[in-house]
Amino acid sequence: MLQHTPLYNAHVAAGARMVDFGGWEMPINYGSQIEEHHKVRQAAGMFDVSHMTVVDILGNQSRHFLSYLLANDVAKLQTPGRAFYTCMLNEAGGVIDDLITYFIEKTHFRLVVNAATHDKDMAWITSQARAFDIEVKERPELAMIAVQGPEARAKVIALLDDADAQLAAELKPFNAGQFGDKFIARTGYTGEDGFEISLPADSATALWDQLLEAGVSPCGLGARDTLRLEAGMNLYGQDMDETVTPLESGLGWTLALKDDRAFVGKDALLKQKEQGVANRLVGLVLKDRGVLRPGQRVVTEDGEGITTSGSFSPTLQKAIAFARLPGGVAQSCQVDIRGKLLECAIVRPPFARNGTVCEGVI
Amino acid sequence: MSNIPSHLQYTESHEWVSTEDNGNARIGITDHAQEALGDLVFVELPVVGDEISQGDPCAVVESVKAASDIYAPVSGKVVAINEDLEAEPALINADPYDDGWLFELELVDTEELDGLKDAEAYEESLEE
Repeated sequence: MLQHTPLYNAHVAAGARMVDFGGWEMPINYGSQIEEHHKVRQAAGMFDVSHMTVVDILGNQSRHFLSYLLANDVAKLQTPGRAFYTCMLNEAGGVIDDLITYFIEKTHFRLVVNAATHDKDMAWITSQARAFDIEVKERPELAMIAVQGPEARAKVIALLDDADAQLAAELKPFNAGQFGDKFIARTGYTGEDGFEISLPADSATALWDQLLEAGVSPCGLGARDTLRLEAGMNLYGQDMDETVTPLESGLGWTLALKDDRAFVGKDALLKQKEQGVANRLVGLVLKDRGVLRPGQRVVTEDGEGITTSGSFSPTLQKAIAFARLPGGVAQSCQVDIRGKLLECAIVRPPFARNGTVCEGVI
Repeated sequence: MSNIPSHLQYTESHEWVSTEDNGNARIGITDHAQEALGDLVFVELPVVGDEISQGDPCAVVESVKAASDIYAPVSGKVVAINEDLEAEPALINADPYDDGWLFELELVDTEELDGLKDAEAYEESLEE
């Protein structure tokens, strides 16, 4: 039995094509995935992300607990509302999940983890929490709508009352605040500016309808995937999982390794750094016609690798991919597409952000 | 409800076949197939002169979502391909039965056509 978000009826009414995504029946598109993609790069689109898991960490030892649980250092979050992107790791340094962590107040942090990994994440967090005096509280009663694109913030702000509108307009990237029943965060998964809004499930459809009326286009998981790929953002389960570390996944920038803070997986990461990281996640741009897909064989001068994500990029009008490759920094490689070896340039993601192709990518 | 023209023949794998005045078979994918695939972004067609057998994977259409093989509904020699698709694969989404045709075969055995589904049978197969 598939689970439904509070916006399920709104999707069906809007003509969405629904698919099973990690046990949730979610919209893949509402017609044209490419049009939805361009809407987000050029105007404003919205995504139902209510399937994602919101977990509050409550109690005096919250910061202490997250300092141990997360590979990024929660000490960086000192102002209420501040957020960061991080991984939680197992003892071997493998990625259990990636998540956004929000600092709300001294005794209250919020984690947003993936939907498809809900069960194992909750089991892991709960087991790690035993040594701490905290409460782990899921918030399934919250829906979440991501409004993304150059016009996204203005569209949301116009729906708030004057006092809230001014404060929401002042939110800086990776900051959040509570506005009435809405928790509004200036975060996202598209490479565009925008907000992610958590709110009570029974208010979600009203907000969705208001945004529709304001000209925000509903967008499905299809466009979400090509947008995040262009933006150089990893997808859990595809670009990284428990068998690889953040260092092999292009996520070294999310690690705080320098001080003496102890956290799960740290020893394994330090050891891997010392021994040398054998594989790296890079970006590929196909020079020829064709489409890159996950799981394609990649041939380089230093040995073979594999694509982890790949698709047609509507912004570049070319096929792009992430690939995990051995060895140093080659300039180019070949990808096996149905038995033919096609030339790809190796680039450093992101490919496209803020409405445009990133420098040096093509 | 997808569009299923009555003058065409169909396969279970969602190709359509049109018998042309010169006896050749023109082949494409159905409205149902293009809708299920979503926005098409790349098409790999056979080469004119290729001889293909019924059931062979002989072309690939790729959408943003996925790649999908096209199986030859009948056997024959490729006598024409739709070259417009190289620059504009989305023609298949916009007009799957006309501008979005894929390739044309000179038939080896016209009896193979008798094994294809008519519009009614194809529609029934979609409902199953």
